[in-house]
Amino acid sequence: MINFLKYKFIYLAISLFVIFVGLFFILRFGLPISIDFVGGSNISYLLSKSPDKNQITQLINKSGLKYDRVDINKNVLDLKTESLSEKQENTLRKKIKAEIGGKVDLLLFESVGPSVGKEAINKTIIASILGVIAILIYIGIAFKGFNFAFSAILALFHDMLVLVSVYSVVSYYFHAEIDTLFITAALTTMSFSVHDTIVIFDKIREYIKEQGKQNIRESTNKALTETMVRSLNNSMTIVFMLLALILFGGSTIKFFIIALLIGTITGTYSSPFVAAPILVWLENRKKK
Amino acid sequence: MTIIKKLLVLILILTVLWIDIPKNTKIFNRTINSLANLDIKLGLDLKGGSHLVFEANVKNIKPVDLEESLEATRDLIERRVNFFGVSEPSVQTIKSGANYKIVVDLPGITNVQDAIDRIGKTAQLSFKEEISIDKPATSSAFLAFSSNAVLTGKDVKKAEVSFDSTSGKPQVALNFSSDGAKKFADITKKNIGKRVGIFIDQTILTAPVVQQEIADGNAVITGDFTTKAAKELAQDINGGALPIPIKLVEQKNVGPSLGAEEISKSIFAGIVGLSAVLIFMVLYYGKMGLISDLSLLIYGFLALAIFKIFSVVLTLSGVAGFLLSIGMAVDSNILIFERIKEELRKKKEMGIAIKLGFGRAIDAIKDANFTTLIVAFILFNPLNWGFLPQFGLVRGFALTLIIGVTTSLFTGVFITKRLINIFYKQK
Repeated sequence: MINFLKYKFIYLAISLFVIFVGLFFILRFGLPISIDFVGGSNISYLLSKSPDKNQITQLINKSGLKYDRVDINKNVLDLKTESLSEKQENTLRKKIKAEIGGKVDLLLFESVGPSVGKEAINKTIIASILGVIAILIYIGIAFKGFNFAFSAILALFHDMLVLVSVYSVVSYYFHAEIDTLFITAALTTMSFSVHDTIVIFDKIREYIKEQGKQNIRESTNKALTETMVRSLNNSMTIVFMLLALILFGGSTIKFFIIALLIGTITGTYSSPFVAAPILVWLENRKKK
Repeated sequence: MTIIKKLLVLILILTVLWIDIPKNTKIFNRTINSLANLDIKLGLDLKGGSHLVFEANVKNIKPVDLEESLEATRDLIERRVNFFGVSEPSVQTIKSGANYKIVVDLPGITNVQDAIDRIGKTAQLSFKEEISIDKPATSSAFLAFSSNAVLTGKDVKKAEVSFDSTSGKPQVALNFSSDGAKKFADITKKNIGKRVGIFIDQTILTAPVVQQEIADGNAVITGDFTTKAAKELAQDINGGALPIPIKLVEQKNVGPSLGAEEISKSIFAGIVGLSAVLIFMVLYYGKMGLISDLSLLIYGFLALAIFKIFSVVLTLSGVAGFLLSIGMAVDSNILIFERIKEELRKKKEMGIAIKLGFGRAIDAIKDANFTTLIVAFILFNPLNWGFLPQFGLVRGFALTLIIGVTTSLFTGVFITKRLINIFYKQK
């Protein structure tokens, strides 16, 4: 048996460090919000030769269009602009063609009004709150104790914070955005986090059944020791899957998968190192 | 395990494989098609096409009629969309707060402007009588029509293209309903020698002079039509005007080339990831790993068959959700194996260890998967509640997650148990 709980302050320090770094990035650089939420146009062109970035930015400036980002990846030109109509996009394409020459093919043209995003966010938040309440009730009943439920939910909030924190660092360095897929990833992390925590709690529940709640500390340490291999192996298989998708998968879902990867890692980490110590702390407080 | 149980499992696996095989598979020079010719349905992002969102202006609609009018609008839009011959179009009404929206997904359609024009068209046919006013002396060709329509598109039973018997020029033949026929007879009787204006929306199309009373309930609209234009006009009159005016608020245009590239990359990535998982399981758990690999493969085929049966429309996020659920499916097996190992460490016999291991793992598997299912159900929003997510991205993901988790519960527990029994009883 390994005394995992002995190092609880180290776990706390690690979690706080990650979250503070993330908060620093968010406050300092902000979180780029995708046009899913603010409204605008996303345009991708395929050119027959690689364009010059300065040329493109100058051209867009001259057209009087507001833009947020100009990215060039070999022959692909990605633009994020204010909301454009089909006609405006057409004009822009013609201008680029005139400036750069060769062929200019439209790969992607998306326009979203801001109202769509606000509503989607609100609905998703409501769904999440309902989900958390449902989880709380389910665990409370299944484990006959709301301390289990509260610690699982606290670990879940921890995972959400870590996800946003790490993603904010990724978004600063790799231009990832908060989009609807990120919301999906957050929701997946939510259920995965609880899924993982429950397996460990199940083991603790078993020991409590055998030995009563007298020595919750020892029961928890025993449970953690025995579930550690399973936790690692389980995450490993999911990480394999996600890593393959990041390395070989399409670019549209890359940041989605990265968000899922962050969620998987923090979801695995939080079960033994956040949820379990909190559970022991809550149970011990109750005794006093 | 009895023979009957073995047979049932075998039949299940064969049926699943039969459903899964792609179209026109050639085995031993014989073409085999999948059971009931089921096909995997690809969503907008994988097939390419247009995603349109219209906002409905319900200001002038009475609250009592609202639901019915929205449904009628939806149906009409669907009829107009079907005119394109789109496969799997989806037209959905969405309520958000006091706003009503209609979402139109058109996989395979890239000419959006055309689609928008057709969907938003308000082809309201109306017949108006000529009224006499003081004509300005300068204009001899001045006509004035009453602003009240005496006959509208609602009175038309059917409109179709026909051809003038002498000139061969295309025209639109109208067949009035019995009520409409009466009205039309009345109008023609009253207006002999005068003109009757035929309007589409507020635009005059033609204003023929009435020669005689027409009582048989048939009329033709002649004009300078091409066959195509006549066909479209007939279609629009049949469709009538949208009961609720709509405005385009969002449009998305996905090029199919992007989707095709994305999907082939993701499939490749999925195969690599899956192989890594399979190899890892064998390396770590040996023979048991092999069993779990087998049940994982069965899981994959079964899930695919379920997607086909329920015609789940697969989108990119859906594929990701499915690939993720493969990772989660392994978890049930890992849980069971770790428990069995635990029992073996306590010096239990293999047969007993398997039994105990399963029994102990089942609690954790049940609780863990149930919470995932609860969240997935809330996200999927099966009752289509207005305050929960209604957009395809989140729902598609949730649906594949639900199917994935449910299927993995079946294969991860039931199939794995059967396989372990087969493998370890033969010893």
